[in-house]
Amino acid sequence: MDIAVETKALRRVYRSRSQEVVALDGVDLHVRRGERFGVLGPNGAGKTTLIKILVTLLLPSSGEAFVDGLDVVRQFRELRHRIAMVSGGENVGFGMLKVKEQLWMFSQFYGMPSKPARGRIGELLERLGLSEAADRRVSALSSGMRQKMNLIRGLITNPRILFLDEPTVALDVGAARDVRDEVRRWMAEDPGRTVILTTHYMMEADELCDRVAIVNRGRIVAQGTPAELKQQVQQNAIVDLQLSPGSRLLDALRGVQGVAAASVSEQDGIDRFSLQLSNDAALGGVMRIVDGSGRQIRGVQKREPTLEDAFVKLVGRGMAEEEQA
Amino acid sequence: MSHPSAIRIFLKTIAARAYPRFVAAYRNRAWLVTETLLPLIGTIAMIYVYRALHAPLRYLGFVVLGGVLLAFWQNVIWAMATQFFWDRGAGNLELFAMAPTSLTAILLGMALGGAYVSLTRAVTILLVASLLFGVGYSLSGLLSALGVFVLTISALYCLGMLLASLFLFYQREAWQLADAMQEPIYFLSGFYFPLRSLGALVGGAGSVIPLALGLDAIRQLVLPGTPQFIPLAWEVLAIVAQIAGYALLSQISLRYLERRAREDARLILRST
Repeated sequence: MDIAVETKALRRVYRSRSQEVVALDGVDLHVRRGERFGVLGPNGAGKTTLIKILVTLLLPSSGEAFVDGLDVVRQFRELRHRIAMVSGGENVGFGMLKVKEQLWMFSQFYGMPSKPARGRIGELLERLGLSEAADRRVSALSSGMRQKMNLIRGLITNPRILFLDEPTVALDVGAARDVRDEVRRWMAEDPGRTVILTTHYMMEADELCDRVAIVNRGRIVAQGTPAELKQQVQQNAIVDLQLSPGSRLLDALRGVQGVAAASVSEQDGIDRFSLQLSNDAALGGVMRIVDGSGRQIRGVQKREPTLEDAFVKLVGRGMAEEEQA
Repeated sequence: MSHPSAIRIFLKTIAARAYPRFVAAYRNRAWLVTETLLPLIGTIAMIYVYRALHAPLRYLGFVVLGGVLLAFWQNVIWAMATQFFWDRGAGNLELFAMAPTSLTAILLGMALGGAYVSLTRAVTILLVASLLFGVGYSLSGLLSALGVFVLTISALYCLGMLLASLFLFYQREAWQLADAMQEPIYFLSGFYFPLRSLGALVGGAGSVIPLALGLDAIRQLVLPGTPQFIPLAWEVLAIVAQIAGYALLSQISLRYLERRAREDARLILRST
């Protein structure tokens, strides 16, 4: 098996005068070459720390990490030729430069000859629909255009492994789709390429990734294909319950016998509870709790399990869960 | 897997990192006021102090040459050494650090890009203030002075790289220290008076900054009658030694503190 990324008991601790935070705690990871691999986890789970270690910006406190067969601690200079990273919400570079100038500048840090670099930039700008913005100043770009430009920056140098840290965060639906499409297209060009993606968006991971790892509190709690992870909640009935806002309900619902997991998110002023029921009888208990809360039921729906449901079961809470609900 | 050679990446990085500075100077001309007119006013104000005291004409020359070299000191400190502090905040430092280039090349690019503005400022002060107040210079020492100037600037940029490594690691604390040290350094470098006025002990301490000795040497060469701090040849030797010393120290420091920065998460914007 050709391994693109491998970590062994990887641990990272942030220390300050007053506290010690364990961001990664014994992470073992294997990513095969040619995979689109997703790292999912709530805020503070350790996803970004993992990526920053793999791209040589951060040293692990202990354990080992290899990217493209190279040790990220000892062989980082060679490794830097082979990787690129694009983060969501990046505001890097220089606002007064034109888009094509900024991309050229970054290509030079990798020693690319200017002519091929400009050719590659033109080609990627065309592919991502940014040709008309090539002469526009970076400061004048919308967030979607800026993120496409950042993705191009990551692709110009033709890395073997591309790290994407929340690449579609805060993008509108169209821009996010363009970014995902380009990642797919780029991967399809060369089977030796690998993408490691961190994301908050379950749909994105489900749609884009061959395999995912779910990270929580610095540990990997599950790994597998999206289908394999969804299989873990297949035996449960998934019920979405839409309720008017009101008092805290989540803990009470989790306490109902037969509720295997529950999460909540707020949408357009409605609280949407996702319940995983291990038996149908649990629904009666749920309804009694809802009646007692004084909240109004706006909708009830049974549906197929998603990656989000698998995540809730494994982590114990939803990605965007607001505790006050 | 073959890659471009290290020297090729090094040179391309210098050019690429200098480019935004050139472009900024061309596209945003506000610097013509802030980087030439305002410093010129500062220099002229000091000249009026000497004129009010009826100081000899060469004292006006001290001030003009001090104003010229001050431009390069400010470029080194604010447009080069402290720049990693701002680059980290913008997220640029991560991308510089994870590219297969060296931070030295990034720093040299910044310096080169900023030198264009500094040179314009320096030439403006030299020409306008000299012509306005009739300051004359000895032509016989002009070529040697130019040589000393090049050596001084080289030493200054090597010191700048050393300071940049400290900014890479200590960041806000280093920035605050640089801000606080600004006036003491102007004083110790003798920007507006001969270094000898400070005495051997304080002048000697000030000589750690290449500008102090460089400025003194240039004044000795083009402004006859300048009170000598130490003989010219010693000053030149000391500046050459500073080039070698600061270049070596900066490389050791950059490597060491870059590793420490990777250990202490100082290259990245923290979020787990």
